[in-house]
Amino acid sequence: MSGWRDLRSGWLVLALALFFGAALAGVHRLLAARIAANVLHETLSQIPALVPGADGGAPVDIRGRTVYRAEAAGRTLGWVVPSGGQGFADRIDLLIGLDADGSTLTGLYILGQKETPGLGNKIIEEPWRGQFRGKSTGQPLVVKKGDPSSGNEIRSVTGATISAESVCGIVNQTVAEMQAALAQATREEPDR
Amino acid sequence: MSAHQPTAAERFLQGIIPENPIYRQLLGLCPTLAVTNGMRAAMTMAGATAFVLICASVLTSLIRGLLKPHLRILVFTLTIAAFVTIADRFLAAYMYAMSKQLGPYIPLIIVNCIIISRCEVCSSKQGVFTAAADAGGVSLGFALALASIATVREILGAGTWFGLRVMPAVWPDWVVMVLPPGAFLTLGLLLGGANWIRAAREKRRGASRAA
Repeated sequence: MSGWRDLRSGWLVLALALFFGAALAGVHRLLAARIAANVLHETLSQIPALVPGADGGAPVDIRGRTVYRAEAAGRTLGWVVPSGGQGFADRIDLLIGLDADGSTLTGLYILGQKETPGLGNKIIEEPWRGQFRGKSTGQPLVVKKGDPSSGNEIRSVTGATISAESVCGIVNQTVAEMQAALAQATREEPDR
Repeated sequence: MSAHQPTAAERFLQGIIPENPIYRQLLGLCPTLAVTNGMRAAMTMAGATAFVLICASVLTSLIRGLLKPHLRILVFTLTIAAFVTIADRFLAAYMYAMSKQLGPYIPLIIVNCIIISRCEVCSSKQGVFTAAADAGGVSLGFALALASIATVREILGAGTWFGLRVMPAVWPDWVVMVLPPGAFLTLGLLLGGANWIRAAREKRRGASRAA
């Protein structure tokens, strides 16, 4: 049978795949905690920029996902929600800044991306991601080629529409899922 | 197998200057153009590439007796991809800022032709010691080439070297040198210079033989 012949000639590939798979699992076990600590450190350091006025933040579990309460003098000023989804090349990870009742976006930061250098990776630059600051979460954001004319429009990235739309899609979905829960968490705070 | 295979010492020395992967073979130009706007990024890339090249060469040489001709490229790619993933995770754990700066260029080491060409030319045909020497020489050649380009670009474009100010304060940084056009200009001029030196040496050698 040709199947057996294929297996006999290809056993090395299969054995190597198993061996490398196990080796990478071992590397992941060794390094995952350290990488997660790096990401946590970066997330915490971005909170004052994402929620203006906040001097720090702490992780909280809301609806089964970890979000960060952005605080100043113990009061909740807003929320930073980590989120992510498929971009053009690979996964895009975001930090989304929202005000206390989740009605306005206060900032956006790209935590991780592997979009095309020179085109899609413009999403990490302040002129593009800064557009999200001050946008109302009342209606979903849409990507527009050319200059945005109405309040819920985001200027596209030339040559990288898919990257821009991915980011907008992730933001819209995250806001839809989390806004009510975040607003409720703010209301339930004891000192309000 | 051919009658004569270069020795380990020959392989090591050939890789550095005479068969330099950038200046003589013009391989691996994508990282050469993309990450040479500063010495730190360039040397991180050189280190990661050296790790992958040496590990992949040694492993390929160890299993060279088992390779089937029609599956060898698959085995090379699998081996290279595994070591690149290790390098990528290591950078994310211990050099997080640099890992973010280099972004997709670390995973892209997988498609760096320098590595697969050494597997094909040397390590799938010669012993472990020769393969390691070859990989070491080529890695050194790649690092020297990246350093030469990054030195020119960072000093002219940012006035610094490894992030330390080396140009006088009056130097107006030629920002274009750290932007993509600077990569092409620098590589083109340095390649032209390297070829000019080589041509001049061969001409001298020819003249002395005639005399």
